[in-house]
Amino acid sequence: MVENRPFLNFLTHLVLILGVLMVVFPVYLAFIASTHGPTDFMSGIVPLLPGDRFSANYGYLLGTGESTAGAPPFLLMLANSLVMAIMIAVGKIAISIISAFAIVYFRFPLRVPAFWLIFMTLMLPVEVRILPTYKVVADLGMLNSYSGLVIPVIASATATFLFRQFFLTVPEEMMEAARVDGAGPLKFFRDILLPLSRTNIAALFIIMFIYGWNQYLWPMLITTEPHYYTVVMGIKRLASVLDGDNQWNLVMAGVILAGLPPVLVIIFMQRLFVKGLVETEK
Amino acid sequence: MASIDVENVGKVYSGGVRAVTDIKLNIADGEFIVLVGPSGCGKSTLLRMVAGLETISEGEVKIGSRVVNNVEPADRDIAMVFQNYALYPHMTVYNNLAYGLKNRGTPKAEIDARVAEAARMLEITQYLERKPRALSGGQRQRVAMGRAIVRKPAAFLFDEPLSNLDAKLRVSMRGEIKRLQRRLGTTSIYVTHDQLEAMTLADRLVVLNGGQIEQIGAPLEVYHAPASTFVASFIGSPAMNLVKGELHGDKLAIGPAMIGLNGFAPTSGAVTVGVRAEDLRIARDDEEALPFRLEYTEELGAQRLIHGTVGDQQITAAVSPEIALSPEMRIAVDAKRLHFFSIDTGKRLPGHVPAEAKFAPVEPVL
Amino acid sequence: MQTKRTVFHSRILPYFLLAPQLIITLIFFVWPAAQAIWQSFLRQDPFGLKVTFVWFANYTRLLDDPDYLNALGATFVFSVGVTVLSMGLSLMFAVAVNRLLRSGRFYTTLLVWPYAVAPAAAGLLWWFMFNPSVGIIPYLLSFLGYEWNHRLHTGDAIVLIIIAAAWKQISYNFLFFVAGLQSVPQSLTEAAAIDGAGPFKRFWTVVFPLLSPTTFFLAVINITYAMFDTFGIVDATTSGGPSQSTNILVYKVYADGFIGLNLGPSAAQSVILMLIVVVLTVVQFRWIERKVQY
Repeated sequence: MVENRPFLNFLTHLVLILGVLMVVFPVYLAFIASTHGPTDFMSGIVPLLPGDRFSANYGYLLGTGESTAGAPPFLLMLANSLVMAIMIAVGKIAISIISAFAIVYFRFPLRVPAFWLIFMTLMLPVEVRILPTYKVVADLGMLNSYSGLVIPVIASATATFLFRQFFLTVPEEMMEAARVDGAGPLKFFRDILLPLSRTNIAALFIIMFIYGWNQYLWPMLITTEPHYYTVVMGIKRLASVLDGDNQWNLVMAGVILAGLPPVLVIIFMQRLFVKGLVETEK
Repeated sequence: MASIDVENVGKVYSGGVRAVTDIKLNIADGEFIVLVGPSGCGKSTLLRMVAGLETISEGEVKIGSRVVNNVEPADRDIAMVFQNYALYPHMTVYNNLAYGLKNRGTPKAEIDARVAEAARMLEITQYLERKPRALSGGQRQRVAMGRAIVRKPAAFLFDEPLSNLDAKLRVSMRGEIKRLQRRLGTTSIYVTHDQLEAMTLADRLVVLNGGQIEQIGAPLEVYHAPASTFVASFIGSPAMNLVKGELHGDKLAIGPAMIGLNGFAPTSGAVTVGVRAEDLRIARDDEEALPFRLEYTEELGAQRLIHGTVGDQQITAAVSPEIALSPEMRIAVDAKRLHFFSIDTGKRLPGHVPAEAKFAPVEPVL
Repeated sequence: MQTKRTVFHSRILPYFLLAPQLIITLIFFVWPAAQAIWQSFLRQDPFGLKVTFVWFANYTRLLDDPDYLNALGATFVFSVGVTVLSMGLSLMFAVAVNRLLRSGRFYTTLLVWPYAVAPAAAGLLWWFMFNPSVGIIPYLLSFLGYEWNHRLHTGDAIVLIIIAAAWKQISYNFLFFVAGLQSVPQSLTEAAAIDGAGPFKRFWTVVFPLLSPTTFFLAVINITYAMFDTFGIVDATTSGGPSQSTNILVYKVYADGFIGLNLGPSAAQSVILMLIVVVLTVVQFRWIERKVQY
């Protein structure tokens, strides 16, 4: 549309710049704080420019950690988080895509009940059934293990729905042509359906990776050995101990370390991320 | 190469909806059969039962001498061309053609040879390394054909393969399909709702309506001696005029007019009278004729269609564009060009069959 | 329910394909939920020796408990606060980005990443910003004569977690508003412009009403988010205090169950939360059905 309103253009940019500031500023401040020494906060005011303790602070956290605070070296916790997030994302995608395949490409007696059972998981977030779920996992001997961190959370109604929706849009003839070409169900799944789902898998992987990385309550409950701690729960332990000592530089360095990996994933794979986010909610 | 026999086949869906009733059709080896009818007439269902994509509720289907009711599509030795081509979008043209052969464990060298041969035949050799999305509609159509050809199946099954193409391409691909089928001599079943496509391609037409066969016959047979009012109105463009008439001895009354039949009356009483637009002409002053009130005309170039009424019934006639028109005209028809149908069942009444309908189809010189 | 018109024929394969999902669902979702429902009708004596079936006594006691009613109230204030604040800001940003062509993408990149920040980390970021002794915001507020202290003032504490939770949710709302705005046909705003409506009037009379399905959907999603996905924010910052002012339902379930070990009442709380999720999910799916009809 031909419409030139300089004031409106100015306002548009002003709103967005303020928005970006609002979004970025807390992280900027956290980063600045993480480059200072603990005494720099004594004056009562947070400095606004970087200090000289960047490598000292981050090196200390990554390599040594605050074991007394229940925060082992961050390298370990980052590795744990990475393993957990990837296992959760891969697990969710794997079991969801085969469920959706069964629901769309087969007709069998318990199809509809099975679908509703999967649907029910949407209504039972871990936060509302913590105690009994904890008990089940404890009874199965899965406390303090990667399987305990991952398996109880990899059922996914959202992912199953997404794949179901996608499979329904794949032309009927694709499967018919494959059958005429001599492909059975598993061959069709591997040769045709899986390659066709590539973009959806990638988009979903990003969403599920972030979900997995940001797990908090569940890892906190089932891990008591520092060996299995994840970074998101680690920074909370760090904060609750160091807050009293005013060691905000280390706490903020921890926050930056915990937040950086998923944020980078979003920034570098923005297009896939947006696709994944918008489509999983459809 | 094989014959296909469809013996008393019926299809009832799980909701009890009946799609196809008691179809009996014997297709000779190498024959090109076109199933034609309006949407919902069961033509695709029938084809898909032959393909093995739908279960057969009643009767049996034989390919060659083998009953295939419970045989997987891949094991029926058929190949299918789909309306939307169903090319695998993530595979190159080469792999699209080769996929079925690979699944059957064909040796690599033979796959290469067959793909190369099919590609040459269809003139798609230069596109073998492309993905389908980089091809035009016509090229995709050729790839879909190629996928069927490489398999050297006993039969080709075509499910409206041309309806996604624009009009001009449709005509040329139609010729191509016919040429290939003649050359390969593979038994073919072709489904379409386009009567022109059906007329031009078929050795024999099968006109379907409401899940049942209305008529089987060579294109000209069906055109000149339609077995029912349904076939009469479906085959041919413009559609055959169908009007109410009454037979009194050797005379036919249509609305206010009465014309003599020269001994062609098959029965007496009320009938449906059919007459093709091109069989109508402007009457000479000295002959019996129908009074025609002109409403509008359509120019087709070589012909002019004049639309109007006789009494209160709609009539379309095709006349030469040179003939002068007036609002009130008289139109005539040779009695032997009239078709009579039962007013109750719509079936053709036995009697005269035009000579043209008895001609055997013309075999092309190869 | 829909399948393909032709399907593969196999008696056992589909069950194998569904098995992993169903087994996990049954063991870790359905069974614990059933346990919670069962336990919500039981009460243990203080020594854990005797269990009695008490019908709805846990529920009635809960609804008479001032702490629980307080948690309900806090949850309500918190959810509404997060939803309104986050959606309002996001809508503003989305409308602004939608006016831009090339630079819109740049702003988008800078606005979407807080989605990836863990709730606990988001909580800590704002906890630091608002820290009464070293935080920058209390420092600025002191010039206005306001002495911020979320460790003592209940109002300050709830404002803090609202801001932290809303901040994290801005990216999500923003992306959906942008998608919604892009689906408003340009011909409509052009028609409105020809009808003489200025940019602001066009927005409120044409665009915003057409956006209402998105707005409604986001409202449900935001309430769900605020109620269930913000555990980390509360736990990493206020831990429910001061004087329970930020003890929202999902935190209270955890605190009562894991720290207080009150099994029956905690289970009753779980069941009430489940009912809330069920209602929110049903509402959300009604919305999807309506959208499909367009």
